[in-house]
Amino acid sequence: MASIDVEHVSKIYTGGVRAVTDVNLTIADGQFIVLVGPSGCGKSTLLRMIAGLETISEGQVKIGDRVVNKIEPAERDIAMVFQNYALYPHMTVRQNLEYGLKNRKTPKAEIDARVNEAARMLEIGQYLDRKPRALSGGQRQRVAMGRAIVRKPAVFLFDEPLSNLDAKLRVSMRGEIKRLQRRLGTTSIYVTHDQLEAMTLADKLVVLNGGRIEQIGAPLEVYHAPASTFVASFIGSPAMNLVKGELHGDKLAIGPAMIDLQGYTPASGTVTVGVRAEDLRIARADEESLPFRLDYAEELGAQRLIHGLVGDQPITAAVSPEMELLPEMRIAVDIRRLHFFSFETGKRIPGHVPAEAKLAPPEPVL
Amino acid sequence: MDTKRTTFNNRLLPYLLLAPQLIITLVFFIWPAAQAFKSSVEREDPFGFSTVFVGLDHYRRLLTDPNYLDALWRTGIFAVAVTVLSMGLGLAFAAAVDRVTRSSRIYTTFLVWPYAVAPVIAGVLWWFLFNSSTGILPFYLSKFGIRWDHDLNGTHAMILIIIAAAWKQISYNFLFFLAGLQSVPHALMEAAAIDGSGPVKRFFTIALPLLSPTTFFLFIINVNYAMFDTFPIIDATTTGGPAQSTTTLVYKVYQDGFVGLNLGSSSAQSVLLMLIVMVLTFVQFRYVERRVQY
Repeated sequence: MASIDVEHVSKIYTGGVRAVTDVNLTIADGQFIVLVGPSGCGKSTLLRMIAGLETISEGQVKIGDRVVNKIEPAERDIAMVFQNYALYPHMTVRQNLEYGLKNRKTPKAEIDARVNEAARMLEIGQYLDRKPRALSGGQRQRVAMGRAIVRKPAVFLFDEPLSNLDAKLRVSMRGEIKRLQRRLGTTSIYVTHDQLEAMTLADKLVVLNGGRIEQIGAPLEVYHAPASTFVASFIGSPAMNLVKGELHGDKLAIGPAMIDLQGYTPASGTVTVGVRAEDLRIARADEESLPFRLDYAEELGAQRLIHGLVGDQPITAAVSPEMELLPEMRIAVDIRRLHFFSFETGKRIPGHVPAEAKLAPPEPVL
Repeated sequence: MDTKRTTFNNRLLPYLLLAPQLIITLVFFIWPAAQAFKSSVEREDPFGFSTVFVGLDHYRRLLTDPNYLDALWRTGIFAVAVTVLSMGLGLAFAAAVDRVTRSSRIYTTFLVWPYAVAPVIAGVLWWFLFNSSTGILPFYLSKFGIRWDHDLNGTHAMILIIIAAAWKQISYNFLFFLAGLQSVPHALMEAAAIDGSGPVKRFFTIALPLLSPTTFFLFIINVNYAMFDTFPIIDATTTGGPAQSTTTLVYKVYQDGFVGLNLGSSSAQSVLLMLIVMVLTFVQFRYVERRVQY
């Protein structure tokens, strides 16, 4: 068990390419952190620096009370699960699990006990004498996790461990990883480009973009108050609608439509306005609304996503599948659910519409 | 296996397409082999006027001939020594180059050069280096009290051809081992590093076992090379001497047949060599399919 401190860490490759820039991150003991971002955002590099597989160009990493910058991966008391599992193909599952323990001269009885315990936990007991190539993707994934568990490390590092699995298996393995981590209480860092995986697993989400941290927060915090347009568009599916708007006092103009913010004036002039698809609904005749020209609809079963244009800006709304679709519709928005971002920097403009603002009554339950 | 099957409309076309290769195989391999077998059961007089069928006489005589059995034993030692030396060094060089990130291509190029040297030249090169009156190596060896003379000392002569033959083959082994090492997934080495295994241990417990198909392939290739392809090196340096101490099986075929003109016995020796190759190849395929895969 250990906390991790990442202080002003940068990675600069020969040739001057900066993969990670000035990252600061504190991870409490037992926390499950997910690093999420598009490919090339530096999340894997950051993880590999913590693991000791990449040198740290600037700053320092502390695991527990130790600065580990100059410490070999083997001495950092970590275990890592790789994207392609990295199981030793010439060893049986049992030998794979034992390898790290044997290298550390663990007594034989202790090795057996730990291997059996891990095998029981992961339900791979009947495959212990097989070679990895005789296992399915999900079973290999379990073995890879078993290899991390038997070591009883202070920190688990996961490098996109589920991306080679099919969609269904990914969901169930996701649950298992979460359960396992809860049970063992081991500090974990998990890297993924899948925002859904990130949301479901994380105690704390770290969104990275271009080698920098965009936002750190609990999944729902990040979801409900994205710090930038990048985070807004990256976290959540469908992506948050981002449109250009003009603020005149507490009046917001989006294309041809005007929205009354009822006394709230976050900024003035051009802003980027964000609104999640589920915060939009088809308007009743009597309420303030935006004209919406339907392009196409996607059926998700419980929801229907309608894609279209407000003015000349694309908007996606999630509506009930029972609603009738027309080529021209009007959609309404809960103004308390609007997000404002600086048009120039993309940074969030803090503040909320006051709670006492008079709002249209909510949509009747269908 | 999902090999694509091609269907031909014309029944003759496939045979026609195979014909060039088949003709070459028949004319240059099958026919001479049959000829060799035929003359191995015949005795011809020195002038080629008469030929007598003698059955397996040549074989019987060979297998009781101490000279032949010595050559067989010698060939075994030679082949094992050349294989171990060239594979060991090839692997060592490959491991070294694999660890170098910068300018590894330059090292690779230099290490591959000896392979381009003709065998005779390779032999002569080492012959000069080891020349007892002008060579540089005997000069240094004399400081350790070793009087090097491969013209008189059979052991010295054997060491000379082993070094010359192995030197030429290191490049080949190096290339294969390097390619093998580079195809070991990086993540495996990283996983092993996190699992607490140092560089040396990683090499022996992860890389080397994963190289086993390459190693076995090279083992067969090297044994074959040492037994059959080293004629030019021997001919250019020791000509099988002194006192037959470097006469391997292949060299003996040449000496008995082309120098001694004992065509029947020489043919019988070639047939025996052919059998050895067949056994080696058979073992290779059986073994490769069974054990080496993981």
